[in-house]
Amino acid sequence: MNIDFFFQYLVAGITYGTIYAIVAIGFNIIYNTTGIINFAQGEFVMLGGMISVALHAFVPLPAAILAAVILTMMIGAIIEILFIRWLANPSVLRMIIITIGISILVRETALHIWGAGVRALPYFTGSEVSAISVGDVHVSPQVLWVIGISAVTVTGLNLFFGRTLPGRQMRACASNRNAARLCGINAKNMVTLSFVLSAGIGALAGCVVSPITYIQYDSGTPLAIKGFTVAILGGLGNSMAAVAAGLILGVLESFSIWIMPTAYKDVISISILLLILFVRPSGLFGNKEAAGLKEF
Amino acid sequence: MLRIKNLDAGYGKLKVLRRISMHVSPGEIVTIIGANGAGKTTLLHAISGLLKNRSGEILFDKREIGSLPPEKIVFLGCSLVPEGRQVFAAMTVLENLLLGSYVQQKQNRDYKVQDQLQKMYELFPRLKERRQQLAGTLSGGEQQMLAIARALMAKPKLIMMDEPSMGLAPLIVKDIFSIVGRLREEGNTVLLIEQNAKAALGIADRGYVLETGRIILEENADELLLNRDVQRAYLGRDLDSETKM
Repeated sequence: MNIDFFFQYLVAGITYGTIYAIVAIGFNIIYNTTGIINFAQGEFVMLGGMISVALHAFVPLPAAILAAVILTMMIGAIIEILFIRWLANPSVLRMIIITIGISILVRETALHIWGAGVRALPYFTGSEVSAISVGDVHVSPQVLWVIGISAVTVTGLNLFFGRTLPGRQMRACASNRNAARLCGINAKNMVTLSFVLSAGIGALAGCVVSPITYIQYDSGTPLAIKGFTVAILGGLGNSMAAVAAGLILGVLESFSIWIMPTAYKDVISISILLLILFVRPSGLFGNKEAAGLKEF
Repeated sequence: MLRIKNLDAGYGKLKVLRRISMHVSPGEIVTIIGANGAGKTTLLHAISGLLKNRSGEILFDKREIGSLPPEKIVFLGCSLVPEGRQVFAAMTVLENLLLGSYVQQKQNRDYKVQDQLQKMYELFPRLKERRQQLAGTLSGGEQQMLAIARALMAKPKLIMMDEPSMGLAPLIVKDIFSIVGRLREEGNTVLLIEQNAKAALGIADRGYVLETGRIILEENADELLLNRDVQRAYLGRDLDSETKM
């Protein structure tokens, strides 16, 4: 086994891993404020990618990305207000069906607007063939963009939840909804905000990853499955654990190519998902007692 | 300050409170005593807006609040310290207090968070020591103090407390009640709900007795303490054996 290949696979694994982690954090934000899994999370990633590609025909790249993120946030808000806000104490099953319905709706709408073609943003810097070389390891600059932007996003989210008033209010709602309302916090607005936030970071992930993976109307679902696996693997609701779990899954997948055909890559994540659900449903870093209280 | 007329409330088809009428005047400590299941917590939930299923009149500062959600009622100056000290366990003591101050920060420009924090630390020195600790790691008594302080951060005109002594050691219960007494000295109005009738009546000005969803007695607190029915039912005194001796 060649040491250069080792690093090459490692970098690829980390790249995919960070994207999985970002999608998983999107799941966690909504899960924490509402206790539901938003199965339309992958669609936010797809929308971010598709909208930014569409806009890039008219405006420069940074503006296209910014506008795509903001538009997807607005779509997230509209979805929450239309389909979720007015429900009084919906059951978990009902929420699953509703969010799956939303995901189908968004996907089909995207198919009608953009067709089934595969699209991608250009590389942020350089091109498909440019590489930054360290010794014999060659890294695409886009990989650095993915990792860098993901790191900034995670840090920004941590600051938001730890230091700002709306962030603290969202955590308060997650911790105890009634007590939060007794502090004057409008819990329903916090739920909308959680959809806006996770739509935004999902869209951003869609933008940065599209030059590498390409994107089409149905790219959301596989990403959502990976993100969901990572969220479960780390322990639902725990965003820092999601980063660790994302990297673990990304690297595992990447190295699986050594021993299995590429086509079986997805088998890894599904097997891990099933295994963790059977053996340790609270996740690698989750608290068993806390998991016992969850409806999921 | 608070006036309730003919309040009915319950859960679904189950009616818990029937035709409750009561009031709290500014500067008073009013207590509602009653056994488990009498409807004490339901009453506070109805006033604070957590319970939607209610009919009748609830006036706070002469304003009808019976149709408002809890987050609006808090803004009017009516705060509830919920039963069982529901602090935000995964957040620090300081963060809990800051969340309590949101109501004031949003509507009062002259409000100084730091000043109010200092006041709370003076009232509850333990909270100052532990301000960077996670609320979930505090002892039961400290959590109760935090829950009270969090409500006080909003500078409420009326503070309602749901069983602050529940599950606490007698010494800490004494502490909590002495703090409630101090709140009155500082001009606060308190509506206190308690199973520990003796302690509650000891510091209250007036009391109501709630039995199976109805108010059966209203009296000054010292008179309630002497009332034979109250003594038998809530103060655990065996009067018959006393008279025989």
